[in-house]
Amino acid sequence: MYDTLVSLFESWGISSSNAVSQAEFLTDLPALGFAIWETVYAPALATLFAYVIGLPLGIILVTGEAGGIRPLPGMLMRGLNTVINLLRSVPFLILMLVVMPVSRLIVGTSVGTTATIVPLTVAAAPYVARLVEISLREMDRGVIEAAQAMGCSPWQIVTKVLLPECRPSLINGAANASITILGYGAMAGAVGGGGLGASAIMRGHGRSQFVVMYVVVILLVILVQILQSIGTALSIRSDRRINKTQTKRSKK
Amino acid sequence: MAEPIIQLKNVTKRFGAGEEEVAALEDISIAVQPGEIFGVIGLSGAGKSTLVRCINLLERPTSGSVIVDGQDMTALSGVQLRRARKSIGMIFQGFNLLMQRTALDNICFPMEIAKTPRKEAVDRAKELLEIVDLSSRANAYPAQLSGGQKQRVAIARTLATNPKVLLCDEATSALDPKTTRSILRLIQDINRRLGITVVVITHEMKVIEEICARVAILDHGHLAETGTVEEVFSHPKTEAGRRLVYPDGVPYDMLSQQRDKKGALVIRVAFNGGTAYQPLVASLAIDCGVKANILGADTRNIDGRAFGTMLLGLPGEGAEKALAYIAAQKDITVEEVPDYHV
Repeated sequence: MYDTLVSLFESWGISSSNAVSQAEFLTDLPALGFAIWETVYAPALATLFAYVIGLPLGIILVTGEAGGIRPLPGMLMRGLNTVINLLRSVPFLILMLVVMPVSRLIVGTSVGTTATIVPLTVAAAPYVARLVEISLREMDRGVIEAAQAMGCSPWQIVTKVLLPECRPSLINGAANASITILGYGAMAGAVGGGGLGASAIMRGHGRSQFVVMYVVVILLVILVQILQSIGTALSIRSDRRINKTQTKRSKK
Repeated sequence: MAEPIIQLKNVTKRFGAGEEEVAALEDISIAVQPGEIFGVIGLSGAGKSTLVRCINLLERPTSGSVIVDGQDMTALSGVQLRRARKSIGMIFQGFNLLMQRTALDNICFPMEIAKTPRKEAVDRAKELLEIVDLSSRANAYPAQLSGGQKQRVAIARTLATNPKVLLCDEATSALDPKTTRSILRLIQDINRRLGITVVVITHEMKVIEEICARVAILDHGHLAETGTVEEVFSHPKTEAGRRLVYPDGVPYDMLSQQRDKKGALVIRVAFNGGTAYQPLVASLAIDCGVKANILGADTRNIDGRAFGTMLLGLPGEGAEKALAYIAAQKDITVEEVPDYHV
């Protein structure tokens, strides 16, 4: 395998030292596997933390506005909107550098894969808040009104009406968020994060190892495909409005 | 008369502020008696939906008071208001079911809110499904139900917490006539069997005729008239009432042809609830030999009885005799319409 790759790369006109180095990288499956793991785990944790922060914020964006189910002071809502817009408008690379001291404070270091979780979370939380907001705005006002007429408290409306009713859309949003964060994670490779993104940048861009770069990009594409497919499948499966298999099952 | 279960006193509701302020309701006072089916009718934009939402305070009146079952709703705190709402059921034009829950779980929902143990709630929900005749669809999701079935689930859902009052906001407006009829029967049945007071909001005369005893006509936020359905629909006193009862207008123009015929007479005959099967015009021809010309008519059959008015053109010959004949009929009043001769 290794030898075939080296000769193949050489036949493409790649210098022999470069060919050897690329073949070594591509055939060292444990190391490659670890890179994939690093690519997945930092964004996965960041997505989780982003939801811990962004989900409540998204709910507040919808329920707290004037005419919402639990209106909050207009000042507070304007402040929240401004902060979310500000964080979303800062380019991720710059945000990452700005957040470095915070990373050091929280995870003890500002370099490495684990350290990227902090800037990823900071960048993703406002994005998640907006995604949640979009999902919850799809909610039929009439159903909320019916719940209010039944004597539901705002908290009950959120937990028993808004979130369960918007579940399919929220799942779609989560797939979207995790993919975006995966992309940010690859970018984090530029400043010391590990994973496939780092390999693509350092080897592909830095050392002209273009085969490695293409392979890494293809791996990332596959990861994104997997995430999106899982998200879409879960969303459709959980949706009782359009589920055809459900119809069949209940007719039996 | 018993203490009214729902009482609106001088309720006014305005939306917006300053120059953009719009009055949706203007000084509305209504009293609904326990156990009755009370109708509120009006054209779109008359303020019907706002009115019904003022009863359970989904809309808070700008001024005036709302008393339901002895409680001043406008004076309640958030928690008290939510408790009070549990005894006021409401169904909607759009059904407003939870789409991600089965019919059974939709009915369990208000009981979940009231912290009823799950097992008890499921038993009660099954019972209610039986009442609304949907036992076989317990595990179906709303998307798999027809409009009429969805409204049945919605009705079962509001009954779950044993409400004293049921508010129906255009509950049959999205349904076809046959389904409408069956839903109205169900509402009537619930009213009779469980003694639940019902307030029906609609723009359809038919709905009011089918099930209501008393009706209020709402017109541009004002209460035009209130009374028994018979009274209001047979003798609408106000312009708004006439517009609703005779939506196409009484065709006055046709009467001009009658003018020059000597001694000819135009009369208005009002039916006040005699049997609908009494053939007045035909018996007029046979008994008096008078060929009456029907110039306009709007009559309705309510519960087998005739209501409404008819404009008859009588030829000069025998007009007086015909007039006396009609006047002698039971449940019919007659008056001359002199303007048409001018």
